[in-house]
Amino acid sequence: MFGKILIANRGEIACRVIATARKMGIRTVAIYSDADAVALHVRMADEAIRIGPAPADQSYISIPRVMEAVRASGAEAVHPGYGFLSENKAFAEALEAEGVAFIGPGAHAIEAMGDKIASKKIATEAGVSTVPGYMGLIADEDEAARISGEIGYPVMIKASAGGGGKGMRVAWTEAEAREGFGSSRSEARSSFGDDRIFIEKFVTSPRHIEIQVLADGQGNCIHLGERECSIQRRNQKVIEEAPSPLLDAATRAAMGAEAVSLAQAVGYRSAGTVEFIVDADRNFYFLEMNTRLQVEHPVTELVTGIDLVEEMIRIAAGEPLRLRQEDVKTSGWAIESRLYAEDPYRNFLPSIGRLTRYRPPREFAREDKAVRNDTGVFEGGEISMFYDPMIAKLCTWGPDRQAALEAMREALDAFEVEGIGHNLPFLSAVMDHPRFAAGELTTAFIAEEYPEGFSGAELPEGTLRRIAASAAAMFRVAEIRRARISGRMDNHERRVGASWVVALAGRSFAVEVEPREGGAKVRFADGAVHDVVSDWTPGQTLARIEADGDAVTLNVRTCATGFRIRHRGADLDVKVWTPRQAELAALMPERVAPDTSRLLLCPMPGLVVALHVEEGQEVEEGQPLCTVEAMKMENILRAERKARVAAVKVSSGDSLAVDEIIMEFE
Amino acid sequence: MKEITQELEARRADARKGGGEKRIAAQHAKGKLTARERLDLLLDDGSFEEFDMFVRHRCTDFGMEQQRPDGDGVITGWGTINGRMVCVFSQDFTVFGGSLSETHAQKICKIMDMAVRVGAPIIGLNDSGGARIQEGVASLSGYAEVFRRNIEASGVVPQISVIMGPCAGGAVYSPAMTDFIFMVEGTSYMFVTGPDVVKTVTNEVVTAEELGGASTHTRRSSVADAAYAGDVETLAEVRRLVDFLPLSNRSEAPVRPFFDDPERIDESLDTLVPPSPTMPYDMKELILKIADEGDFDEMQAEFAKNIITGFIRIEGRTVGVVGNQPMVLAGCLDIDSSRKAARFVRFCDCFGIPILTLVDVPGFLPGTGQEFGGVIKHGAKLLFAYGEATVPKVTVITRKAYGGAYDVMSSKHLRGDVNYAWPTARIAVMGAKGAAEILYRSELRDPEKIAERTADYEERFANPFIAAERGFIDDVIQPHATRRRVARALAALRGKNAELPWKKHDNIPL
Repeated sequence: MFGKILIANRGEIACRVIATARKMGIRTVAIYSDADAVALHVRMADEAIRIGPAPADQSYISIPRVMEAVRASGAEAVHPGYGFLSENKAFAEALEAEGVAFIGPGAHAIEAMGDKIASKKIATEAGVSTVPGYMGLIADEDEAARISGEIGYPVMIKASAGGGGKGMRVAWTEAEAREGFGSSRSEARSSFGDDRIFIEKFVTSPRHIEIQVLADGQGNCIHLGERECSIQRRNQKVIEEAPSPLLDAATRAAMGAEAVSLAQAVGYRSAGTVEFIVDADRNFYFLEMNTRLQVEHPVTELVTGIDLVEEMIRIAAGEPLRLRQEDVKTSGWAIESRLYAEDPYRNFLPSIGRLTRYRPPREFAREDKAVRNDTGVFEGGEISMFYDPMIAKLCTWGPDRQAALEAMREALDAFEVEGIGHNLPFLSAVMDHPRFAAGELTTAFIAEEYPEGFSGAELPEGTLRRIAASAAAMFRVAEIRRARISGRMDNHERRVGASWVVALAGRSFAVEVEPREGGAKVRFADGAVHDVVSDWTPGQTLARIEADGDAVTLNVRTCATGFRIRHRGADLDVKVWTPRQAELAALMPERVAPDTSRLLLCPMPGLVVALHVEEGQEVEEGQPLCTVEAMKMENILRAERKARVAAVKVSSGDSLAVDEIIMEFE
Repeated sequence: MKEITQELEARRADARKGGGEKRIAAQHAKGKLTARERLDLLLDDGSFEEFDMFVRHRCTDFGMEQQRPDGDGVITGWGTINGRMVCVFSQDFTVFGGSLSETHAQKICKIMDMAVRVGAPIIGLNDSGGARIQEGVASLSGYAEVFRRNIEASGVVPQISVIMGPCAGGAVYSPAMTDFIFMVEGTSYMFVTGPDVVKTVTNEVVTAEELGGASTHTRRSSVADAAYAGDVETLAEVRRLVDFLPLSNRSEAPVRPFFDDPERIDESLDTLVPPSPTMPYDMKELILKIADEGDFDEMQAEFAKNIITGFIRIEGRTVGVVGNQPMVLAGCLDIDSSRKAARFVRFCDCFGIPILTLVDVPGFLPGTGQEFGGVIKHGAKLLFAYGEATVPKVTVITRKAYGGAYDVMSSKHLRGDVNYAWPTARIAVMGAKGAAEILYRSELRDPEKIAERTADYEERFANPFIAAERGFIDDVIQPHATRRRVARALAALRGKNAELPWKKHDNIPL
């Protein structure tokens, strides 16, 4: 076994690999760019080597710089993680030339599977099902109709040079195929100056399901079952699970067998993933093979109990595969939620900055439940603009899908992130979405279910009531503390009442709070009584409550008249009023939001160093508009709301006074 | 006897009606509560003791003798906020537009006098059309009587003004002399002369909201310390503020049970200061992480954002915080920030509230705007305020403490009691580049040499040790231990006793 390995990556995956290496008694070397000098992977590794400035092309994907670090460290092997150099043939070759083991497949497999057309060809030859289609050029409508008939409707007619939906048609009948061919061809000619057209099977309700394989390069190859990764946003995976709610044993076995035969066909070594597109009838077609460890590998680890990184290291060290296909047993269900530094309320705009608070839920593995969080960040760390916005992968496991989902809901509620925008509310909302809960997934799930973007989950009445009951009980605790301040008039102290009115999400509940051991009984006006057990004290940002026997976790911020509460994908402004406050608040007319200015004014005297938008451009709330340097410091001015830039009144290099107009919005 | 009781009940009922249902409905329609409703929200349930309910004006001009409602447009008395006594007056816009008559003023004066006598804060809820014109100079005398009491009470009991409707003309000068002014967004305004007069005299066309609304006074003029949405929210925030304040200069700041470990370590603070000295960071994060339970009541949040002022608690005890904000103008001192912080420091000193100063200051803002505006004297206000303050003063230098601004920010030389520095502190006359360019002017044409000189200066001064060697800072502390170290320093200073030489009063450069 190796004595020392270098991890040619950063973030959570570097930390993930280091953890396994440490478990195996292998020393680890981290590499880092200037942006990562104090990053978690650097802290975790036994050694760390600086490899260059922040941009990845001058650091993490610069082969000469990484090779220099490899030489300097004396590492015997390199784990590339995912992304960066993980599927780079030249890097694998450079390591081979130096006699350093690459913890991944051979260069030839990387090359063969890296090319879409070549890989499809190899797959077809290996007996792997691919999307039926005609790759040659099609002469006219008649030929198009004939080929479409052979493939079987529906078909997709595509311009060879196509992109962005141009020159693309779906045909369900022969007539549509003829017509579609003509219109695609003319569109392709005018749009791309290239009228070559091809036709392939149109997969309806497509799901993304992939098979994990492990091969030792010594003739042994097995598969570890599937992962479903259909929940994607703009081709970026968001939620993955294993197994897939769609597959049956027969399909699983068939897909596994095909994946293994493809891996063997390319002489694969190490862990790899064969991606398929699967339709509602469980017809599956090969998409591509990823010759590396996948981001979502933890769900496979959770259901198989196999440490994929350990297997990769052992294989790279020349050990034969320890497992045979029949040794692979899966149990239970695992789900992964990717935590992105993207603000769902601002159309998922990437958010960078300092993690002022980062408290993931506690990790544990029990008989009936497990929580795992793979992370590369820490509280007080910086999310920079240079790398992937994914900051953690929260995984849960349970004996079945329902249990895994419930564990995930709970874990997401217990996750605290502040300082940057993040998609925790969105992840929670998906977990509670009935279609997701039913497992009716397609790769279009997010586009179909959230066509207008995401503006917070709507909670059912029962959940709102529990939150209201909890808020009333917590507020009472806070008020009793306030009433215990020093300097009170003796014998004329404030008596904190039992009656409260809780207003949230447009609803209002009058409640009576009856304190009891360790919590309160909260009686609603309609007679319903909720039991709230909680040891919450003022200032705690995570309230763990047992409401009617169920665990309810609330992210809580205290305000003068209540709380801000995040729970199950909803960010709620919760008012807790005395009955008199509620009565008087009800007398007040609805407030109209004041008109926010259509101008961006310079907030300080300074120099315009950069303009980030142009006239006519649509900007999202929070998007950087202009950078003004003042007192030698760069200040980024951001859009306060979604708008279109009507006019830009300054240019780079201009010196501005306070309140000078920088731009106007429509 | 029975008749008297009946009349008492009748007059009480009449007084409680204020200006009658119609005017009350009009008040509600404007998004405003009535004077009595506001007191219900401000004070603990059932704690209000009303005075002078039966006071009536004595004016007989312009037919005023026909209308003599009980109470005369203002409700006065005392009550409690979380069991602590406060004296209050609440102007009733439904009665003569809340206008101030001689008797209306006498009611206010009576409760102010009581507040000073017993040592209780004065909270005024202002909602008044101005002077009672029918009374002429009698009304004006009333204002002046209130002004004089504001002045006498200043520094004796905390005075809070809540502007909940119009407050115009001479009326503005009573709130102006109190310690804190809160406004209600959208329904309150303050100005010396209203839009009509402005138009007549200067031809400027301006709305009341633009001229003196909550936004104007919190962002631009700094007349108001905070503004909130609606009466309910605003009055809840007044209660929150009062919980931080002592009842008078004779009593200590309040102590509240707390649920936060004074020894709490916060590792994330070790990375708060970025590696580059030109990169900003948010000083509020440090304040929130030092404070008990992350609770910070910021004053003047929207004005002169390059300095932060407000109240936190440490071990349940009130602490006034002043912090340079590197996010805005690099945290430099200028006219506005100096004025803002000086007034806050003096408030804390009046009422025995310890001051925690968090320093990251690159100096004073240069420019003609500043010099013509008198930054010399305005900057001196902050210097003066820190220098004369005898309350416990704890200072933490997180990064830059350059030039005269270093001296100003509660330095040891101004009798700072405990002065700490983080390892990232750099205490020097100026930044390294500027210093090198002055010291080695002859080498200016050679950028390489200057860079070398800059690096030399940087190495010598970009650390806390030069100051520590001289005892100008008491210790270099780890950022993660800041809460613990500050808490211990404040605990050690609880018995502090410092006095200035006798004087009638000082002559701060106003």
